[in-house]
Amino acid sequence: MKPAGNAKPRTMFEKIWDAHLVRAGSADTPAILYVDLHLVHEVTSPQAFTWLREKNLKVRRPERTVATMDHSTPTTPRGRDGRIPVLDNAAAIQIAALEKNCADFGIELHALGTKGQGIVHVIGPELGVTQPGAIIVCGDSHTSTHGAFGALAFGIGTSEVSHVLATQSLLQNPSKTLAVTVEGKLRPGVTAKDLVLAVIARLGIGGGTGHVIEYRGSAIRALSMEERMTVCNMSIEAGARAGMIAPDDITFEYLKGRPRAPQGAAWDAAVAAWRELPSDEGAVFDREEKFDAAKLEPMITYGTNPGMGIPISSAVPEPENATAAKALAYMGLQAKQPLLGHKVDVVFIGSCTNSRLSDLRAAAGVMKGRKVADGVRALVVPGSQQIKAAAEAEGLDQVFRDAGAEWREAGCSMCIAMNGDQLSPGQYAVSTSNRNFEGRQGAGGRTFLASPLTAAAAAVTGKITDARELT
Amino acid sequence: MEKVTTITARTVVLPVENVDTDQIIPARFLKATSKVGLGSKLFADWRFAGDGAAKPDFVLNQPAAAGARVLVAGDNFGCGSSREHAPWALVDYGFRAVVSTSIADIFRNNSLKNGLVPIVVDAATHAKLLAAPNTEVTVSVEDQTLTLPDGTRAKFPIDPFARYCLLNGVDELEFLLSQEAAIAAFEAKRG
Repeated sequence: MKPAGNAKPRTMFEKIWDAHLVRAGSADTPAILYVDLHLVHEVTSPQAFTWLREKNLKVRRPERTVATMDHSTPTTPRGRDGRIPVLDNAAAIQIAALEKNCADFGIELHALGTKGQGIVHVIGPELGVTQPGAIIVCGDSHTSTHGAFGALAFGIGTSEVSHVLATQSLLQNPSKTLAVTVEGKLRPGVTAKDLVLAVIARLGIGGGTGHVIEYRGSAIRALSMEERMTVCNMSIEAGARAGMIAPDDITFEYLKGRPRAPQGAAWDAAVAAWRELPSDEGAVFDREEKFDAAKLEPMITYGTNPGMGIPISSAVPEPENATAAKALAYMGLQAKQPLLGHKVDVVFIGSCTNSRLSDLRAAAGVMKGRKVADGVRALVVPGSQQIKAAAEAEGLDQVFRDAGAEWREAGCSMCIAMNGDQLSPGQYAVSTSNRNFEGRQGAGGRTFLASPLTAAAAAVTGKITDARELT
Repeated sequence: MEKVTTITARTVVLPVENVDTDQIIPARFLKATSKVGLGSKLFADWRFAGDGAAKPDFVLNQPAAAGARVLVAGDNFGCGSSREHAPWALVDYGFRAVVSTSIADIFRNNSLKNGLVPIVVDAATHAKLLAAPNTEVTVSVEDQTLTLPDGTRAKFPIDPFARYCLLNGVDELEFLLSQEAAIAAFEAKRG
């Protein structure tokens, strides 16, 4: 983009920021930003609704609020009555609370068991409520996913959830901008997940703190929308609250015709406005990191944070400090040990990072005609009921079932281990999710983060395997 | 929110980097619909064995840690999820401030809304604090300083509005609600 007239070139972040200023920041107060879309789920919202009731406040713009249930909901197959049984009493109370809160405050809810239900960051794009240029927030750090559409999307805490419910606004200080430029072409078998794991491995888990990342370059432009969501999703794993990618024809094609996307003349007007969003030529980022896509390998993590990632054929590095040594001890790994061939107990394919149709197709491509290895439990958890239906329509569920994997209902499942799906202490999992923190997938569980291809390869071999080597 | 002006309290040292919110409060305890009582689950998997017994090696289980209200931890404290349950658990347990060389963005924001003061200090001050657990320190929100017994005084950054809210016990939501006219004008302008 060229800036209009003599205007100062702006980044996409600055353009979206400027367009949402209810009140500019001052020496005394942060800026007040208007929020276009507030996504709500059952875990981080109940206290916020309680405070609204205590203060006798309404939800200011219920039509800008969309709720679903995903974190604490079970993904076990439906009963004969077609319902998904919630056996955990605390989860049942939390789910009922969201139903009541949405009914009382007039909020659209995609409840458990309904066709629109799914992981909050999967259903927003599916519905077409996730749109370029928008400010999108949710009480969940993986809200960064929506930045794939050229939105400014970030996670907030429950206090801020109450602020947005009551005022549709947030107090914010501007972030710094970080350009992550990836040029060239990914090689076959190297996925968007590998790309973002490589970015996080270089930045480190805190390397993006205080920044919003804009992913740029020919390798990013070549990604599909689902791949872009995978990349932006994990921005928070480098400490960046948001990640974003300039909207283009791939974005518009994905959105066109979705239930809540603009229609007719409004669509044309929206696209014209969205084409103005990309960062201007000459816009200045506070920092830039460059990557060569052709040099990237399939990645896997070996430690207890997502920044501890290496190419899959590498050996575990020497720990550089006590924290890294603690991570290796937790993982039961030694420095210089290769990861290829390491045994695996569980494979989890799912989460807001990698549970979309293209992820399931990739995994099914590896698992078709093969069997899950003896002693391995493999779960395939679609991100939404719509993805589940689409996958079933093309027979992917049968591929997984024939291989001996579990085909589940939609939800966060084993990514967060608060819904019945979890590792046992000491178990090793290859997981397509986003966090390998100690106990993240169940107390004592040990997680290797990787792509759907690598996860599927581990499922059928029972060990960490380079999917490119499977013949 | 209650006013937070000065904190004089002992430190407890957790010399681990990148302490994530899944350690501060594991996800299985997020099924609560209130924020009461989460302190009993603080650092649950580091504090307690699978059978619920306290792990004697963990610093919060040691007698010297009793009554400490300032947590000193390694770099990049509070990374990971946006769960406000993390500061809720720390505050419910009794902590009033967290000190590190950097603090994750969402955790810092959440802490400030709950009267938990996030304090980022220079590496030298941090090293001193790490080396001397159970030290009595004084935090002044007014002066934005952390003072050690030897007189070392470290300045820490804090957003001016967050500082104002802490010192005066102001809830940010009250301020946002007072901006109703500006919000309505913005909505009218955008159509």
